[in-house]
Amino acid sequence: MSAHQVEDHGLLRFLTCGSVDDGKSTLIGRLLYDTKAILADTLSAIEKTSQKRGLGAVDLSLLTDGLQAEREQGITIDVAYRYFSTGTRKYIIADAPGHEQYTRNMVTAASTANLAIILVDARKGVLTQTRRHSTLAHLVGIPHLVVAINKMDLVDYSQETYEKIKADYLEFAAKLGIDDVRFIPLSALNGDMVVERGEALAWYDGPTLIEILEAAPAAHTEHAEPFRFPVQYVCRPQDSANPALHDYRGFMGRVESGSIQVGDAVTVLPSGRTTTVKAVQLGGVDIGRAVTEQSVTLLLADEIDISRGDMIVKTEEAPTPVKQIGATVCWLSEIPMDRARTYLIRHTTREVKAKLAGIDHRLDVNTQDKVPAEKLAMNDIAQVQFKLAQPIFADPYAVNRSTGAFIIIDESNNNTVGAGMIL
Amino acid sequence: MTASANHTPLSHLDWLEAEAIHIMREVAGQCANPALLFSGGKDSICLLRIAEKAFRPGRFPFPLLHIDTGHNYREVIEFRDRRAAELGERLIVRSVEDSMQRGTVVLKHPEESRNRHQSVTLLEAIEEFGFDCCIGGARRDEEKARAKERIMSFRDEFGQWDPKNQRPELWNLYNARTHKGENIRAFPISNWTEMDVWQYIEREGLELPAIYFAHTRPVVIRQGAIVPVNVPLVSGELTNLPKAGEEIIEKRVRFRTVGDISCTAPVESDADTVAKIVVETATTTITERGATRLDDQTSEASMEQRKKEGYF
Repeated sequence: MSAHQVEDHGLLRFLTCGSVDDGKSTLIGRLLYDTKAILADTLSAIEKTSQKRGLGAVDLSLLTDGLQAEREQGITIDVAYRYFSTGTRKYIIADAPGHEQYTRNMVTAASTANLAIILVDARKGVLTQTRRHSTLAHLVGIPHLVVAINKMDLVDYSQETYEKIKADYLEFAAKLGIDDVRFIPLSALNGDMVVERGEALAWYDGPTLIEILEAAPAAHTEHAEPFRFPVQYVCRPQDSANPALHDYRGFMGRVESGSIQVGDAVTVLPSGRTTTVKAVQLGGVDIGRAVTEQSVTLLLADEIDISRGDMIVKTEEAPTPVKQIGATVCWLSEIPMDRARTYLIRHTTREVKAKLAGIDHRLDVNTQDKVPAEKLAMNDIAQVQFKLAQPIFADPYAVNRSTGAFIIIDESNNNTVGAGMIL
Repeated sequence: MTASANHTPLSHLDWLEAEAIHIMREVAGQCANPALLFSGGKDSICLLRIAEKAFRPGRFPFPLLHIDTGHNYREVIEFRDRRAAELGERLIVRSVEDSMQRGTVVLKHPEESRNRHQSVTLLEAIEEFGFDCCIGGARRDEEKARAKERIMSFRDEFGQWDPKNQRPELWNLYNARTHKGENIRAFPISNWTEMDVWQYIEREGLELPAIYFAHTRPVVIRQGAIVPVNVPLVSGELTNLPKAGEEIIEKRVRFRTVGDISCTAPVESDADTVAKIVVETATTTITERGATRLDDQTSEASMEQRKKEGYF
């Protein structure tokens, strides 16, 4: 093994929320630049563009401009993914646009993140937008929030300003029930407290942003979770020349939570049949045990009819099948939800038909007020009730993001039109 | 606390591999007739190892498909055929030259790169076999337009990608549903970087075509780029002949990315093992495509443009 593989703290997915005005693109540019993820030719390309646009300094925010349409309009319209590595950890940044009309993009970006950086402009303090981003990050179940108070260089690196914003934010966070939040003063433009500490913030003795990221727990490592194994695909290589494989039936999937090993007692849903695990394999090779996020193949002691959409769970911690669910839904489609129509819900690997049974209320993401609602339009977030044609095997989203999440599909055009989180 | 709490997180390569396996199995579970695009290049070589981990001891639930421009490095084509045979999987090859004979591909001039014309041949192959999904080895770190591509990317009946109207993709709930004639491009290694690919090749001990390693070959320097010349095709015929007045020099080079001969340039290197390439990748100052892809430099948005037309 080579030297760079000695330490591996796995992978952290995080989200950055804010608008260009908050310096979000500059912050991402700074992270990529200071961790050497930007190479010379990319830098020279943005230098050229900066000059063409008559800018004095290199505009690091140009690094995150992706599509031609976006460059033409000077805004970000879609989630972009960026990558960097510190040598001990790999990072995936989901970069979500900050405009109000793009709530759906932020929900998309947040769905896979374990940490969110919420940018606040030190000159402006906690704004409606800050509250909206925090509400959404909290709603989508991101366990760790970091409030980055940026542009400290424009407020003379004032500790007083920082403390005031921190106090304002904490007051609001308490109302929302956000308990894991950290604060950091920084200047993305000058690089203070991003990767390097700089000289200007001597009064701040907390970690730099990169130190916070390096120490943040990876997903699924903090709490005990029940074993959930949605079956994706069944392997039956009967046509193989190898007679030993004639009775082979491998159930393929990813361990969405918990762990499993040979000998464990399992229940198959929806049939409710029970058996034990005979083998855990990867690529046809026995590995004995599997943990959360591993993609493996399970072989069972008894012959049970199992197909895609079924779920294998540990017998002592099986979820209850449900045919009616309450959920928080974010509507993603330009076509509003039609209460009369039947939609398709995809939950883990299972697809079931669903009908709206009622809208409890809509959430105003700017004020956090619950307001009555008759319909759901794009970017709306609401608490709703669904009736399902077949049962699903769900956990509350707050307990288990993998088995608490679903998407809503419009069968007429196969578009993904909504995202749901089970209450 | 039970045994499931506080386990050590997966290493970044294990995580990326597990995600890629999950995506491939979603394709197998959701699509009726998928294919895996295999060019003999390093990214698609990783895809084959992932497919082995996903589906062995069974066979792959899809054939391998290569769109051959007819201008590919001989070493890569030989490797492609050998690898498919070793795996015992079906390889389908469709050729841009056949599309040229049919008249569906018309070159502006005989020397024009055939790279972008692969889109036409790919769409013809999709129609011929009725594929509803093509698994490809594209990565989001390769190029700006790719950074916003979905893992399951929807293409309409004309193979077009509409970047402004992509299906939202949340959690790991991929939507690969299509109506007849529509197509999904699935990218299991979207979240991998060039470094991840090399580290994976090293860890798995994957074999690669020889041109990925440092070797000496005749080149010319054209507009600052190293351009290989007198390259033998599978037929033995030489292509990329030097232009009048160009000085042929021998250089020790390797390829970071392998595509059509007319548009892939090597870099100077002494790295003749995977381990040395990993070290070189960690210290390079030029991006993979910046160094080597002559086709991406045409305009700032050229990849986006080609993808809209049905490119991988």
